[in-house]
Amino acid sequence: MNASLRILARPWRLIGWLCVVAGLVATYVRFTQGLGASTNLSDDFPWGLWVGFDVVCGVGLAAGGFTISAIVYIFRFEKYRPIAKPAVLAAFVGYLMVVGGLLFDLGHPWRLWHPLVMWNHHSVMFEVSWCVTLYTIVLTLEVSSLVFERLKWLRALRRVHRAILPLTLAAVLLSMLHQSSLGSLFLLVPGRLHALWYSPILPLQFFISAMAVGCAMTIVESNLSSRAFGRSVEADVLSGVAKIAAALLGVYLVLRVGDLIVRGVITELWPLNHASLFFLAEIFLGTIIPMVLFSMHRIRRNTKWLYHSGQLAVVGFVVARLNVSITGFEVAAGKTYVPTWMEFAVTAMLVTIGIKVFYLAAKHLPVFEDDADAAARSRRWRAETDRQDGAPACAPGAARDGSLDQRGKASDEKLLPI
Amino acid sequence: MNAILFDVNECVGCKACVYACAKENELPDTDLEILSEHRFTALEEINEDEEWYLRRMCMHCVEPSCASACPVGALKKTPLGPVVYDFDKCIGCRYCMVACPFNVPRYEWDSMTPRVRKCQMCHERVAAGKSTACAEACPTGATKSGERSALIAEAWRRIDSNPDSYARHVYGEKEAGGTCVLIIGPQEVIDVLNPNVPNTPLPHRTWFVLSQIPAAVAVVGAGLVGVNWIIQRRMKLASNTKTSTCEHTKGGKP
Repeated sequence: MNASLRILARPWRLIGWLCVVAGLVATYVRFTQGLGASTNLSDDFPWGLWVGFDVVCGVGLAAGGFTISAIVYIFRFEKYRPIAKPAVLAAFVGYLMVVGGLLFDLGHPWRLWHPLVMWNHHSVMFEVSWCVTLYTIVLTLEVSSLVFERLKWLRALRRVHRAILPLTLAAVLLSMLHQSSLGSLFLLVPGRLHALWYSPILPLQFFISAMAVGCAMTIVESNLSSRAFGRSVEADVLSGVAKIAAALLGVYLVLRVGDLIVRGVITELWPLNHASLFFLAEIFLGTIIPMVLFSMHRIRRNTKWLYHSGQLAVVGFVVARLNVSITGFEVAAGKTYVPTWMEFAVTAMLVTIGIKVFYLAAKHLPVFEDDADAAARSRRWRAETDRQDGAPACAPGAARDGSLDQRGKASDEKLLPI
Repeated sequence: MNAILFDVNECVGCKACVYACAKENELPDTDLEILSEHRFTALEEINEDEEWYLRRMCMHCVEPSCASACPVGALKKTPLGPVVYDFDKCIGCRYCMVACPFNVPRYEWDSMTPRVRKCQMCHERVAAGKSTACAEACPTGATKSGERSALIAEAWRRIDSNPDSYARHVYGEKEAGGTCVLIIGPQEVIDVLNPNVPNTPLPHRTWFVLSQIPAAVAVVGAGLVGVNWIIQRRMKLASNTKTSTCEHTKGGKP
C-alpha cells in the first residue's frame, strides 16, 4: 500500500476495529445468555437479521464465484479469466461468513452437522444445508489451488487444475439448487408473507437476482482490490461483466413485475404505504437504476461510475432480500421487528472479518496475477526444478520431442502448464 | 387418525383443559391466556358478554408444514395423529416456527439449550388408547378426543341440530388440507381464527419444487457439459490451425 492509501484506509480501519470489538461483546452475550438476551427475535419473528442478512443476502452476494467461473471455465470466455480467481476467493470467504452467521443464529450451533446424517428430503432447509456444505467443499478445493501454488505443491496443484471443469460444473449445479432454494424456503408461508413478496416463482427470482448481484459484487470487489493493491482495474473485463449484469437484471425485472401483474397484486402498490415504499426502494435501487446504468456505454467506460453502479445494485439487492425475509413478514403480521445493536454488531463483525480475510488472502496468495506474471513464474519454477534435477533447462542439440520425453519422468510431475 | 374437537358453545371457560395440560406436561401455572414456551394450550376470551372462549393450540395438521420444513426430521407426524417433537435432533433453525400457518410453535428464547415448545397431543396417552389430558379433564364435553372422521361427523351433527348458534364451518376440516384439531362455534369466533390458511396442504408447494431437482440437475448438467465440449473442440481446432504456423499462441495471449 502506498502512503496516500494508508491515510485513506485509516478511518475504515478504526470502524473495522469498532465493529470487531462490539461484535465480540455481542458474541459473549449470545453464547452466555442466549438468543433472547442478544436479539429482538420472538415467537412472532423467529427469523431476523442473522437469517435475513447473513444467510439470505450473504449466499446471494457470494454468487459471483460460480457465475464468473462458469463464464470462464465452462463457456470459455477467456477475457474474464483474470477475475475468476478473485471471484472464487470472494465466494469462499462469503460462504465462511454464512456459516459463521449460522453458528450465531442456530439455537444449537454445535448440531450444525445434524442435517448431514438426519435426513428429511421433504425439507427445503435440508436441501439448502446439503448444497451449502457441498459447495463450500467445492470452493475449498478451488481455493486450495491458490495455496498449493503459493507453497509450490505442484503435484497437488496439477490435480486441482485437472479437476477444474468438474469442480465448476458441480459449483454451478449446487449453486443453482441452493440459490433458488433460498427462495423456495418462503414458498411454505403464503399466509405469513405479504403478497408483494410471496410468489410461486420465488426460486427462479432468487436464482436470477443472485447471478446479477454476483456480477455487481465482482465489479465492486475488483475496484476495492485495485485500490488496496494499487493495481489497475480490468476496465474492459468489468465492462463485460456489467453488460451481463444488465441483461440478468432485465430478465429479473420482467419476472418480478410480470409476476405481480399476473397475480394481480400490482394494485397493492397504491396507495403508498410501508410495504409499497419498501417494494419501490428494492425495485428502483436494486434493479431498474443499476440495469439502466450498466447498459449505458458511458457508465461502463468510467471506472468510478461503474463502481458506484455496482454498489447501488448490491445495496438494492440487500433491500430486496431483507424485504422478503423481514419486511414482508412485518407487513403481513402488522408487527415490527427492529434488530438489537448486538445483532447489527455481530453482522458488522462478520463482514469486517470477511473483508480482512479476503484482503490477507489476496495479499499473500497468487490471486491477482496477469498472464505475464504467471508466465514469468512458470519459467522461474522450470529453471529451479531443472537446477534441482541437475539438468539444463533445455538439452541443446537434442530433438525437441525427445528431450521432453526424457525430462518428462523427472520434472513433468512437478511442472504445470500454466 | 386421532383428533380433538373443540366446541365453543359448550365451553364455560373453566380452564380445566389448560390446567390438565400443564399437569400432564409439567408446565408452570402462569399466563393461561396466551401460548408461550410453557403453555401448550391457552384459553382466549373472545367476547366477554357472550362468554365465548377459544382454545389455542397446535392444530396437528394432517400434512404439517413444520414437519416438512424441519431439515433434520425433529418434528414428525405420527400415524396416530399427533405431530411430535424430538429435541435431540433439533438444531434450532426455527424454520418450523416460520412455516406454521397457525403461528403455534414457541421457542425457549432465554435458554442456552432452547427447545421448540408446542402441544404433542399427549402422544403417549393416545398411543395407549386413552384420550388426551385436556379432553379427559373437560367437564362439559367442549373438548372431545377421538377418531378424526367420527369427530367431523359429530361436529356437523351439532351444527345441523343447532344452526342458529353455529357457523356452517368446521375449522380444520379443510384448512391446510385438514387438521387434527377441529373447531366449531358461532361465526364471530370462527372469524377470529386465521382465514388466510389455504385449503391445500402447504408442503405440496415446496415439494413441487424439490421434486424437480433431479430432472433440473440432469438437464442443466448435460447442457453445460455439451456446450463446454463443443466450445473446447472449436477452440482446439482453431489452435491446431494456428500452431502449424506459430507455436507461441497456445495457452495465453500472444
